[in-house]
Amino acid sequence: MRNFEYTRAASDEQAIAFHAQSPSSFLAGGTNLLDMMKIDIMRPERVVDVNKLPYKQIEVLNDGRVRIGALVSNTALARDPHIVKNYPVLSQALLSGASTQLRNKATTAGNVMQRVRCGYFRDGVSPCNKRDPGTGCSAIDGINRSVHAVLGTSEHCIASHPSDMCVAMAAIGAKVHVKGPKGERDIDFLDFHLLPGDTPWKEHALQQDELITHVVLDAPIAASKSAYLKLRDRASYQFALASCAAILSLDGGTIRDARLALGGVGTKPWRAKNAEAALIGQTPSDALFRQVAALAMQGAHPYKHNAYKIPLAQQAIVRNLGILSA
Amino acid sequence: MANQDRKDNPGTSATPIEALPSAAPTRRNFLKSLGMTGIAAASGKAWPQTMADGERASGTAPAQGSNEPLHTIRLAVNGKPRTLQVASNAVLLDVLRDQLQLTGTKKGCDQGQCGACTLHVNGVAINSCLSLAVMHDGDEITTIEGLEQNGELHPVQQAFWEHDAFQCGYCTPGQMMSAAAILKDPHIGSDDASVREAMSGNICRCGAYKNILAAIQSARGKTRGAA
Repeated sequence: MRNFEYTRAASDEQAIAFHAQSPSSFLAGGTNLLDMMKIDIMRPERVVDVNKLPYKQIEVLNDGRVRIGALVSNTALARDPHIVKNYPVLSQALLSGASTQLRNKATTAGNVMQRVRCGYFRDGVSPCNKRDPGTGCSAIDGINRSVHAVLGTSEHCIASHPSDMCVAMAAIGAKVHVKGPKGERDIDFLDFHLLPGDTPWKEHALQQDELITHVVLDAPIAASKSAYLKLRDRASYQFALASCAAILSLDGGTIRDARLALGGVGTKPWRAKNAEAALIGQTPSDALFRQVAALAMQGAHPYKHNAYKIPLAQQAIVRNLGILSA
Repeated sequence: MANQDRKDNPGTSATPIEALPSAAPTRRNFLKSLGMTGIAAASGKAWPQTMADGERASGTAPAQGSNEPLHTIRLAVNGKPRTLQVASNAVLLDVLRDQLQLTGTKKGCDQGQCGACTLHVNGVAINSCLSLAVMHDGDEITTIEGLEQNGELHPVQQAFWEHDAFQCGYCTPGQMMSAAAILKDPHIGSDDASVREAMSGNICRCGAYKNILAAIQSARGKTRGAA
């Protein structure tokens, strides 16, 4: 790993000021950043350690929303009794990601900020618009079976977003609360991650000098059930080929409210609002779920090795909704 | 085979390895000298210098030409207070191995994928290859060398021994550190599937998983809240 200037921030203001000075990265758990620094695809001149900042709390707000500190570990969030009870989809998504020891270290904001697992991005030499803007995308005509998307891709990048946690948050609805020199602001979770488009190196809506302090979850949908279903090459410790976060609220035999988000198939955590709309007011049935699943994958663009993801994601949706409405 | 391993394992010895003079005939020093002799015989005098440079570059000193200062950190490693000077880019795993000679913690993939480097920081299992040493100022670190208590093997160590839960042994320290943490965690189920899932961050390329699982299950209930 190249060397860098290390600073431990004692306050938000200090963290933000240090971060604004030179090519710099915030360091929380380090499970993604240090990995990328070791393989030399991220080369910050400054690393600002934010681990001493007071963002390790999970608070239930008066309006029912839940404010999660940026430094809450993936393990702590997954095990929190309020999250387990009210947002099972989030707890399940977190526990399906990475390994026990990585989840112990990885943080909420770090998970939101994690970068793609595309082999061409990570190899440090192949043309990659994310790593070296303007050099092209090696994955489009390369090996694109497992960690490449079919939704939200562009001719410049097709890497899928790797997070499970973010898929659950996209379904629940959330705000990313950030702090910068000009003050604080909320970014809607669905606007936080950017589609690659013509600028795949721009991955999120943060300004260079902004620090994530919290993620605030929407209040849970009343009388709802939720679940995360992840399909992958092996049963554990693997990124999703396709995954589905679903929240269903049933009123008698009718679907009153529904949320659906997909992982492994999109270039960002993928909320399928059109599919949700097709569920609301309907009676649960296998036929309905198949129709909704097809709708969710409408416009999907298969590449040479990942066309299977379109039916796979549909099956994940059908199965997850089936389990929730049983 | 297993007897040999146990005899040579510094973790089971009454004398902590860090207290031994560097010239003591440990397995590690023996292998090191063997390697150096072989290299010297093959390539002449240039090699030993290259080796020294290689070791320096492994993360315990600033990169060549760097003006970055060293940081002073205080750690409690296996209950013993330690004050160390580390570069910004020094990785916890490397500092423990190279500066403190605690070579029980293994470097496998060095990128958070294999779990060989698992140890406990303030009682929580983490991958030490993805941690900067400087991040851990003030932390309590337990490595495999610190898992035993009062000269007695930790129940997990004893169980791995009894169940022959390893072949080459390289992943074993990480497996045991994960296992010790999992057995203390009330959130992790006691059934085989839950244990396998919780242990999935520790890869064993010899494929000793069956015996590892048996060992962990047999150690359940025997842990004394240690480490």
